[in-house]
Amino acid sequence: MQEVTIGIAGAAGDGLDKSGDTLAKICGRLGLHVYAYNSYQSIIRGGHIWLKLRIGNEKVYNHGDKLTGLIALNQDSIERHASEVEEGGVIVFNSDKLKCDPSLVRKGVQILPVPLKEITAEIEKVHGALAPIMQNTVALGVMLKLTNLGTEKGNAVLAETFGHKGEKVVELNTSLLKAGYDYAGAKAKAVTGEWKFGNKQHPFTTGNEAIALAAYAAGCKFYSAYPMTPASTILHWMSAHSQKTGIVVKQCEDELSVINMAIGAGIGGVRSMCATAGGGFALMTEAMGMAGIMEIPVVCVEVQRGGPSTGLPTKTEQADLFQVYGASQGEYPRLIVAPRDVADAYQTTIDSFNYADRFQLPVTIMSDLLLSEHHETVDKEAFNPDVKIDRGEIVKEWPENKGKYKRFAFTESGISPRALPGTANTLYVSATDDHDEESILISDMFTSPPIRRKIMEKRMRKMENLLKALPAPTLEGGKDADVTLLCWGSTYGVVREAVELLNAQGVKANYLCIKYIVPFHAKEVTELLSKAKKKISVEVNFTSQMARYVRQETGVAMDAHINRYDGEPLEPMEIVEKVKELLGNKTRSLDVSEAEAKEMAYHYLRTHSLEKLRPIKILKESPNGFGEPTWNIEMAERVSGKKGAAMKIGVKTGAVHHFEKAQAE
Amino acid sequence: MATVIELPLDTYKGPVSPDWCPGCGDFGVLRSVQEAAGKLGVQPKDLMIVSGIGCSSNLPGFIHAYGIHSLHGRAVPVATGAHLANTDMKVVITGGDGDGYGIGVGHLLHAMRRNLDVTYVVMDNQIYGLTTGQASPTTTKGHKTKSTPVGNAETPLNPLALAITAGATYVARGFSGEAKLLTDLIAGGIAHKGFALIDVFSPCVTYNKVNTYPFFKERVYKLDEEGWDPSNFYKSLEKAFEWGERIPLGVIYKTEQPTYEDSEAIFKKGALVKQPVGADKKIFAELVEEWI
Repeated sequence: MQEVTIGIAGAAGDGLDKSGDTLAKICGRLGLHVYAYNSYQSIIRGGHIWLKLRIGNEKVYNHGDKLTGLIALNQDSIERHASEVEEGGVIVFNSDKLKCDPSLVRKGVQILPVPLKEITAEIEKVHGALAPIMQNTVALGVMLKLTNLGTEKGNAVLAETFGHKGEKVVELNTSLLKAGYDYAGAKAKAVTGEWKFGNKQHPFTTGNEAIALAAYAAGCKFYSAYPMTPASTILHWMSAHSQKTGIVVKQCEDELSVINMAIGAGIGGVRSMCATAGGGFALMTEAMGMAGIMEIPVVCVEVQRGGPSTGLPTKTEQADLFQVYGASQGEYPRLIVAPRDVADAYQTTIDSFNYADRFQLPVTIMSDLLLSEHHETVDKEAFNPDVKIDRGEIVKEWPENKGKYKRFAFTESGISPRALPGTANTLYVSATDDHDEESILISDMFTSPPIRRKIMEKRMRKMENLLKALPAPTLEGGKDADVTLLCWGSTYGVVREAVELLNAQGVKANYLCIKYIVPFHAKEVTELLSKAKKKISVEVNFTSQMARYVRQETGVAMDAHINRYDGEPLEPMEIVEKVKELLGNKTRSLDVSEAEAKEMAYHYLRTHSLEKLRPIKILKESPNGFGEPTWNIEMAERVSGKKGAAMKIGVKTGAVHHFEKAQAE
Repeated sequence: MATVIELPLDTYKGPVSPDWCPGCGDFGVLRSVQEAAGKLGVQPKDLMIVSGIGCSSNLPGFIHAYGIHSLHGRAVPVATGAHLANTDMKVVITGGDGDGYGIGVGHLLHAMRRNLDVTYVVMDNQIYGLTTGQASPTTTKGHKTKSTPVGNAETPLNPLALAITAGATYVARGFSGEAKLLTDLIAGGIAHKGFALIDVFSPCVTYNKVNTYPFFKERVYKLDEEGWDPSNFYKSLEKAFEWGERIPLGVIYKTEQPTYEDSEAIFKKGALVKQPVGADKKIFAELVEEWI
């Protein structure tokens, strides 16, 4: 596969997400594939933003761990990312404002300063002084040249983006793009060869938007939500397109209201959905049990982010499995499903509506920040509007002479045909108290142990039949493997590639990605895993929740675990290296690495208003009175290069043991 | 306006008899809800009674209509969802003061602010009855209950004032000892386009020995007998605070305002549940095209 990875770094408010979006759309239109990951913080302006776009002529499943080209929009970005650019790559920046110290850069990397003022002088004559954000378009032009993507599609995307602002603005942007493009052509070498473009255009979108589109295709009529990152972009899409889709979108006062309204709409007879993050879901749990005992179809999307509590609002994690599994008191039928990529999120959502209706139960779709907010290109065919809408057994009419309609009739399948409110002769109460076939309570006045037993069995029978309807997981990536990786959700994308890399390096590997969590294919998974040689779970959490869950359901324990819980998604080589370490029985070190020490130094500088300094030298020192080895970090002044400060960070604990500013001379 | 064909009381006779304590105020409220529906000619299949949890929230089980007996405090959002899914049905929320003014008050405020076209009948007995007699949000100051043995220290919530200021467009007070008036108030609420809150004194004969039938009988008077004009926001708000020797019954405040449903164009195509399901191919293609 031919591929390049472009990084765009700057501060929030620099407009780099827009540049990334434009670049990705260009690639999608050229029939190339893109996976974009935006590592941002929960602030509107300032802070460090790091957007990576991995572009390939085949489907790319994760943001990878390479960097071919860097567009740096501020000095901080150059210093933090310049060293990541690989041989043959390029660093692009506005040299009117920024400079790149060659000592930061690896061998064989081109440094391309762009004298913005100079190359846009003619444009300014026509259009007047440029707003700072305009530098992004020039940089984009530079990158289009160096990645051999041409300007044709770029011009088209810009024309659409700025069309509503008038021709003049479009012309300004296309000439800025050209200025960058021409300058790069004259001053630098391309970072990749000529592409063989595809003949299909690929849509570029997120897991959240795919879920929203799927809800429309599936006939959803009601969507309720309370704003919460990273679920909010479903609300935004739903609101923006509500009049087109005919989906009533209700922003509520809290998540209690959100889920109760969605269930109410389900009772009322329409397909309904809601979405939230882990914290919002915590408020929803009581109502999940309500949908269970009332046997109401509803789809709830739980998008995980770094927890616990407010945790890391804009960072990814897969640590809500037990929350969703444990949601609500008591036992009730439900489906918990975790899609693994954007296309799967679309199909899973459609299937979820059908399962919810057919089995009359709540479905929780477990997503995570990475899946919900990262953009990727998807084959257009994956978004198929021709979906089968199966509303399950619905009683359309009930003649008066047919006898009493029993909403919770004890059937063999456990499914009681449902009459929607408003149907004549089918009156019933949907109650949270347990009830008999006719919906009369068995909780207060008329308690009845045998009826309770039979209605519990009726409800739980639906789970057996639901399990039969769900496809069982399979081993992917080769049959005879020495190591089997276990994963779920968005971690699929990176595990898939890690397994390919391992096999290429002679380590026979495969993987098992769990999609349907409740009900669980215990028999099939037990069979698959008990034959596996070495089993390693790969999860973005601390406690290996899926590994624990699989052990609970199958009795099969993993041999080792790979976990990441720093808020960032896993990367392919990281898994490859850890797998090899584990196969070699090496224990994994939890020490602060040199790169992490540098990152911690930057954090310290930012939070103590010392941004005119930067770390220049990092050395490890043996125990020296702090009870552990330390990383000794030398800081220099950014402008003068003079010694600015010294810092010591504990290698074991990560504690800042010492910070001292240099004495002024 | 279609002609209303009134329906007899037994149209709404539920499958089981209420299990409330003999003498409970809720019996009168149940009867008035049934009479009000009959008066308006609402067919049982077009009537949805939604409650939360509490003695009074058992009401949906005692009436011949569709019902939702939801979670404690969540009757309002569940009713909102059911109503928005099928705006052809009349939704009446029934419950108690603990359910509506305590655990569920957050939802109540916002439902009133939205001016949803639903009716909420609160059986206000100023006590938690089902849990055997603890103080509720409307328990008067100084009232000794199981949870306030030296007297309730908190100021009672004023549901009528709350409703007027939050944006409810029909605010009334009834008393289960005044059956005819109560029926009229509930019927008025159901007929009203917008959010109707009807706070009903519904004495708990077992756990509230202060706010009893005689307590109210001595104090209540009917606003319409005194020529009350419920259209003035500030005067109504003042009236909502009248308490002590004289306590007003009747429609305290009423206004015509656009409802939430009026603001949502999608409802103009009819009840959601009756609208066609699935994606329009052309719109779907446009939506995907936005991503290219």
